[in-house]
Amino acid sequence: MPTLHTVNKSPFERTAFGSCLKHLAAGDAVLVLEDGVVGLRKATAFAGDLDAVSGDHKLYALGPDLDARGLKPDDLVSGVTVVDYGGFVDLVAEHDRTQAWL
Amino acid sequence: MKFAVLINEGPYTHQASDSAYHFTKACLDKGHDVFRVFFYNDGVNNGTRLTVPPQDDRNLQKNWTELAEKHDLDMVVCIAAAQRRGILDENEARRQGKDADNIAPGFRISGLGQLVEAGIAADRLVVFGD
Amino acid sequence: MSMDEQTIDTEVVKKFLYVNRKAPYGTIYALESLEVVLISAAFDQDVSLAFLDDGVYQLVDGQDTKAIGMKNFSPTYRALGDYEITKLFVEKESLDERGLTEDDLMEIMYEDEDDDWAEKPSIRIVSRTEMAAVMADQDVVLSF
Repeated sequence: MPTLHTVNKSPFERTAFGSCLKHLAAGDAVLVLEDGVVGLRKATAFAGDLDAVSGDHKLYALGPDLDARGLKPDDLVSGVTVVDYGGFVDLVAEHDRTQAWL
Repeated sequence: MKFAVLINEGPYTHQASDSAYHFTKACLDKGHDVFRVFFYNDGVNNGTRLTVPPQDDRNLQKNWTELAEKHDLDMVVCIAAAQRRGILDENEARRQGKDADNIAPGFRISGLGQLVEAGIAADRLVVFGD
Repeated sequence: MSMDEQTIDTEVVKKFLYVNRKAPYGTIYALESLEVVLISAAFDQDVSLAFLDDGVYQLVDGQDTKAIGMKNFSPTYRALGDYEITKLFVEKESLDERGLTEDDLMEIMYEDEDDDWAEKPSIRIVSRTEMAAVMADQDVVLSF
């Protein structure tokens, strides 16, 4: 019964992203949007936290929010799938529930 | 599939309403059903028709109103949250003895039970906030 | 919607989880979350509350808001048992990180109608792993 977790805040400003990663159950995925996308950049102080979960959990980023913040897919830690708003809808539909980390 | 959307922040300060708008629009474009969009906390501020954003900026209230008109979307503003923040329809303005109302077309004011009902009725509920 | 459909709708019981991660008073989220919780009781749903991160401060004993001019809504948590809301999950790691223990929290009890109205604690201290399992066991997760 996997969950789609959404994170919209930078891990450098709020604890939501880090807390989310500590509460993932088997099969859960994380969709990162809004300011959360700055946490997906590679070689940051947060990248290790992502590496620790990315083997077991799918990570998604909302493309329009990457674009808006000048981030390119190549700038991100490995294993991140970029989706648009339609892809966001598909992910919500594919998972049993959505949990927003506000 | 039947979706419901909860918005906890007002327009412009936070991106929440923008994200929720694009998400809701994508749901409808894909042929999904959107049972209800519920505006809570400062999210009720999306429902005033008195905002005047600069001409080169997006008009979120207008976007929501047009989406509601096009898709017969049920957009509910929480009455308790709205009263705290001065969002009133004609009935409420009269009832509270206020000299004006400001609710935008396409929005309606109702109780928090409408949020719980949306959670029960929809297959998926997605929350946008701060 | 016809009357028949409405009748069926009200018979659906879903698991609702209200996630509280923010301290009270600095923002309105804790109070307005509690207002939804109270309303959901009227719908006879299976309601749980999760308190983690700074959300554990919502349950801290001895809140006194007189000098900030705001209403102290913490007594409402004590009344949740009367609304048959009896599952308040509090994360141990979140308490530890903040230098808090269970003794710093309010005593919140409910009367168990299935056990001769015995008084039982509503607060359940759970580990982070258990909290993740609670979250994964829901139909609807609401956060504010």
